[in-house]
Amino acid sequence: MDIFFQQIINGLVQGSVYALVALGYTMVYGILGLINFAHGEVVMIGAMIALTVLQSLLAAAFAPVLAVLLSLMAAVAVCMALGYSIERIAYRPLRNAPRLAPLITAIGVSIVLQNLAMMIWGREYHSFNLPFASTSHHLGGAVMNDVQIVIVIVALVIMAGLMWLVHQTRTGRAMRAVAENPAAATLMGVDINRVISVTFMLGSALAAIAGFMVSANYGIVHYYMGFMLGLKAFTAAVLGGIGNLRGAMLGGVLLGLIESLGAGYIGDLTGGFLGSHYQDVFAFFVLIAVLVFRPSGLLGEKLAERA
Amino acid sequence: MKLHRSSGHLTLALALLALPFIIDALFGHGWVRIADFALLYIMLALGLNIVVGYAGLLDLGYIAFFAVGAYTYALLGSPQFGLHWPMYVVLPLGALIACGFGVLLGAPTLKLRGDYLAIVTLGFGEIIRIFLNNLNAPVNITNGPQGISAIDPLQIGGFSFGSSYEWMGMRVDDVHLHYYLFLAFTLLVIFVSRRLEDSRIGRAWVAIREDEVAASAMGINTRNIKLLAFAMGATFGGISGGLFAGFQGFVSPESFSLMESIMVLCMVVLGGMGNVGGVVLGGVLLVALPELFRNAAGPVQQMLLGKVVVDPESLRMLMFGLALILVMLWRPAGLWPSTQRRREFDADDSVLHQEQETVYDASK
Repeated sequence: MDIFFQQIINGLVQGSVYALVALGYTMVYGILGLINFAHGEVVMIGAMIALTVLQSLLAAAFAPVLAVLLSLMAAVAVCMALGYSIERIAYRPLRNAPRLAPLITAIGVSIVLQNLAMMIWGREYHSFNLPFASTSHHLGGAVMNDVQIVIVIVALVIMAGLMWLVHQTRTGRAMRAVAENPAAATLMGVDINRVISVTFMLGSALAAIAGFMVSANYGIVHYYMGFMLGLKAFTAAVLGGIGNLRGAMLGGVLLGLIESLGAGYIGDLTGGFLGSHYQDVFAFFVLIAVLVFRPSGLLGEKLAERA
Repeated sequence: MKLHRSSGHLTLALALLALPFIIDALFGHGWVRIADFALLYIMLALGLNIVVGYAGLLDLGYIAFFAVGAYTYALLGSPQFGLHWPMYVVLPLGALIACGFGVLLGAPTLKLRGDYLAIVTLGFGEIIRIFLNNLNAPVNITNGPQGISAIDPLQIGGFSFGSSYEWMGMRVDDVHLHYYLFLAFTLLVIFVSRRLEDSRIGRAWVAIREDEVAASAMGINTRNIKLLAFAMGATFGGISGGLFAGFQGFVSPESFSLMESIMVLCMVVLGGMGNVGGVVLGGVLLVALPELFRNAAGPVQQMLLGKVVVDPESLRMLMFGLALILVMLWRPAGLWPSTQRRREFDADDSVLHQEQETVYDASK
């Protein structure tokens, strides 16, 4: 039973990160019908920027809390600029092109970002240590440390904020209008290009925060970390019903739980034939199963009809 | 006129036959090997071209079929299980198994639309790689990350493509022999592709690519025809995988990463989707240019800056990504598009404009 609770906690923490990244995919998909393949790399760039800024601020003897906040803000700012530029350079000129075209430029952007990161930060794993100790709390037989608690809480707050933004503000209404019917939204005076840019920047900001969280949780940063994370977050978005914000959150948390429980028990289930190193396979099986049996996802509507 | 054409073909044939020796004389042995790999990649790209170029289904896990073919050859023709089945059994078997995987993957997923299919195939590619990486315990099948080595060379009867022969006073090495073998296979694949293109099936693929609803209204069984495209592409992938394993003598999961899938996709897209000539051009360019780049990037940096600042390998990948973006922005139909595709991309009539509005319609 202890293992069970421990895996639930791990799943929740990881799921919160997936949910934040999945929101980025789902917002862009909802508005443009485009899979922003480069989104995972934005997460990675966010983590790398945060690491670099954090280290230099600490070296300059800033107060630890201030350094952490400033590095997070730097990562968010850089990623927002990055998200904006990606859309301007790689997607906007192709908005009327066949659907394959932006998908391929997205792959191109992803490769470019990955290799730029490799040139700047090198191939090695960097350790990402927060400048204060994280105490562990024992809940029953399971352990949860401060960082993990903060991750879950921050993720919840951000998601609540996003829901507020989308459903209560003028910008949010414009976003929903564009997602619903771009032509009609234009006629109503909505500046589509501005809305799309805002969407990309919002998604990238969430990605930066997620990048910070995942690095703080695992304590390492690597130029290749964005790829798998991005794929899984996309899976989470599909699981919840892509284009649906609540779906992305639900899908993220569920995928985190499925993965950690699956990795924890696969050995027992298969009599030791398959071990926990198959963890990465779960996400893909979930993805394939969802697409085959319920392509609209858990909370989505009628998505299979989409051209 | 006819004479003209056949003499042109004859010149081309002679040039292709003499090519390995010309390359050998001009650039050295290593480049003949690169030419061999180029042929393998062209075969792969032509297989993917059927799926992506003709039928318009984006497959991002294509390398998995290559892996299946390669591992089939490796497992049945190496000391791993002590099996040493002959090439003419293992190669078709590998193709068949790859084809089976193609159907297995295609059957449940082909009802999905474009970008979903892309992600599912990508996931499938990763699953295959993860299994290859981990199937060394508790029962050792694939030997895990170490891969399988000492694979039998490609041989028919007593004739091995892996050794050197002295022939009419001329030394013919294994790289030359493989070149001719691969050339024969490549020509076969080109021939099959061209014939398919003009066949009923090929036209059905194009019809599905252009408008699936209209195609099925015309009486095309879209599911079966799409499945056929998948199976056909997978078969070509399986064959080139087997050839790769025999040529290399070694396979490991590392050779079948997502990057390889993307590389093959780039050949198809940059060269010109749906056009055999374009795909061949894409294959040649994407194998030759990065090699040139790899050889040149270090020395040039040395010369200009006095030291190697940037790792040539990552610079190569960077160029790759940039090329993908730039070609899509400026020549979205590829460097050498098929005439039909070019018409689609250049057309400027109002009907097409209406059609292109569907990016927005699609997101409703």
